Amino acid sequence: MTEKNTNDIQKSDAANGNVSDEKKIVVPGELLMETMDYLPGKNCFREGNAIYAKKLGLLRTSGRVVEVVPVSGVYNPEVGDMIIGVVDEIQNAGWVIDINAPYTAFIPLSGVREFIDTNKTSLNQIYAAGDLIYGKVMMFSPSKSVHITMQDPKAKKFTDGRVVRINTTKVPRLIGRSGSMISMIKDATKCFISVGQNGMVWLKGENEDIAIKAVQMVEEYAHTTGLTDRVDAFLKKELGSRPAKKESPKESFEEYSKESASNEEYVEAKE
Amino acid sequence: MARKDGRKADEMREVKMEVGVLRNADGSARVQIGKTIAVASVFGPRELHPKHLQDNEKAVLNCIYMMAPFSTTERVRPGPSRRSHEISLVTKSALEKVVNLKDHPKAVIDVYILIEQANAGTRTAGINAASLALADAGIQMSDLVTSIASGKVDGEYVIDLSGDEEKITGCDLPVAYLPRSKEITLLQMDGDLSKADVKGVLKMCIRGCEKLHKIQVDALKKKWEAETSK
Amino acid sequence: MAGINIQKKYISALAKDGKRIDGRKPDEFREISIETGVIPNAEGSARVRIGETEVLMGVKIDIGTPFPDTPDEGVLMSGAELHPMASRRFETGPPDAESIELARVVDRGIREAHAIDTKKLCITPGEKIWMVMIDAHVMNHQGNLIDACGLAAMAALSTARMPKLDEEGKIVIGEKSDEPLPITTKVFPVTVARINGRLMLDPTLEEEDTMDVRLTISTKDDGNITAMQKGLTGALTMKEIEEAIDMSIKKGKELRKLL
Repeated sequence: MTEKNTNDIQKSDAANGNVSDEKKIVVPGELLMETMDYLPGKNCFREGNAIYAKKLGLLRTSGRVVEVVPVSGVYNPEVGDMIIGVVDEIQNAGWVIDINAPYTAFIPLSGVREFIDTNKTSLNQIYAAGDLIYGKVMMFSPSKSVHITMQDPKAKKFTDGRVVRINTTKVPRLIGRSGSMISMIKDATKCFISVGQNGMVWLKGENEDIAIKAVQMVEEYAHTTGLTDRVDAFLKKELGSRPAKKESPKESFEEYSKESASNEEYVEAKE
Repeated sequence: MARKDGRKADEMREVKMEVGVLRNADGSARVQIGKTIAVASVFGPRELHPKHLQDNEKAVLNCIYMMAPFSTTERVRPGPSRRSHEISLVTKSALEKVVNLKDHPKAVIDVYILIEQANAGTRTAGINAASLALADAGIQMSDLVTSIASGKVDGEYVIDLSGDEEKITGCDLPVAYLPRSKEITLLQMDGDLSKADVKGVLKMCIRGCEKLHKIQVDALKKKWEAETSK
Repeated sequence: MAGINIQKKYISALAKDGKRIDGRKPDEFREISIETGVIPNAEGSARVRIGETEVLMGVKIDIGTPFPDTPDEGVLMSGAELHPMASRRFETGPPDAESIELARVVDRGIREAHAIDTKKLCITPGEKIWMVMIDAHVMNHQGNLIDACGLAAMAALSTARMPKLDEEGKIVIGEKSDEPLPITTKVFPVTVARINGRLMLDPTLEEEDTMDVRLTISTKDDGNITAMQKGLTGALTMKEIEEAIDMSIKKGKELRKLL
């Protein structure tokens, strides 16, 4: 990538809604500014005139709000998030799911599409320990119960394919603006990809090894400039300069455009 | 007066800090102060088992301090001792004030501190490492926590006692200090000091902690600046 | 949690063609790094990494009394700590079966090979002998802990230096002599994992979740075997055992070159 391109990207980033270039790393307790002209946003707090960081991350100001974009940490569930979890335990009334969050999640019997007569069906015929599921966070109660529903049209149990885990803070980068990054990877590799907001990524397709490398590349270089070009160059190098795929499965395309829409909310509303 | 190892009274041993040293942990750090090496790894917030240990108001901060069997001149028996239990407890008290536990009731944040090698000041090295590991794990904190001990050797206040110095003085005062709010969260002492001495030794600790804070900030930024400039 | 089913399915399917998830050959180890002398307080020490698995090993040597049945021999003791700092799968508490097995398998290979000449560790017969204590602390668990600990033990033992004694025969604290331990041979445990009928070396954590049986074989310099340990519920055929022995002997020779 040429230097000119880098500059272009930086410019377009800055032009997009008065958001500062998020490259400055701040640490907990660090003084960010001493002014009443700004408001402390996510991961910041005020004491007197001063605004301090309360998390390790990248400093960002948008408008008059100053915030810290986290670079590490575990997933915090939010109602409506699509997550990928692993069945950890089977109980009488449902399944306990590990979602790499402060709380394990639960799929109640009412959360699955099938009607289950527990007199006739063993629950592990539906989901067994170690199964990977793609579900929607339906409830996150004040008493910290997380319930997942599999009745969402997108929800499913994965029966094959691959899974990789990235840090949840890198998920917005993997999806990209309006789903641009994940679309690029899917189009180039012709893989089906589902991204859980909790950082679990499921992939399937003939080029899944390349798709996995691309996903890991997004994680590794998440905070660098020119990420899109870097991933694009990698995909072209690995797959040759074949034209962008047109016949990528329609259903799956819609799937991630929805994901990217919900991702925009994620970026704005998280914490 | 020069000290046995040639240091000035207010001079700490060589300090090295590195963040992100263990892959499985959510956050980790290694702190080396002289010949003392502490590694901290942080997991969580994650679900706390058994359930009766859960706190409905806030997350539990679980701190475990341990020494590797080969960390000292005489082998340490593996497993907790009365000493390690006490240090775990005061470490938790030193850290808890800055950690946001309110957002994750019923969960636990596990902080494990392993002393790989011991040569005086293991609890303070452990606290410095734990603070870095918590920050690295993306835990909300109102401040970092810095920690060092000072004492009185041959009538003079000295910072960061070495193993040799610890043997000749009966006086050691470890402190944990919050550099932003300027408060003290760990305070222990053994020895025989006047009130004026305590004040003098404390001040020396605080000046040391301010220096350590800079090294902590550099270590955290170094890891993440590397991430942004690849 | 013991792995993700689709991941196991994939690893298993690959294994059928002799392939692995990280592209290694069946008999290929991950990258190995060995640092010795990392804990100067210990008489010997090593930090060994195999891929993302990391083990810190320390050797302590102290004066003790001999066992009544071996009055003129030194004593070897081994321990291993699988602490939750190294993995979400480990729990706090007293050593469990897994960590005891780990320490014992490593210990057995060294002991049976007489890798340390314990007769030379006698100071005064019936009264004073050297005790050699090797302790492993697993720092990061990503599979194949036995081989990592075995390699680390050998690295730490072969670079250890005996304590210094004063005129009264007491240890001078904080000082070491130039004298090494009486090492007669190097011993390396090599673990063979069976995944979908194929034998593989150096399994990752995900591969360990998928294997149905493992066989650890410790070999010494002359290629002889000094300890074996079959693990998990699967059963092995004679042919597989022979193949596993061949793999372990061959890999043992390669590991020998690293120290």
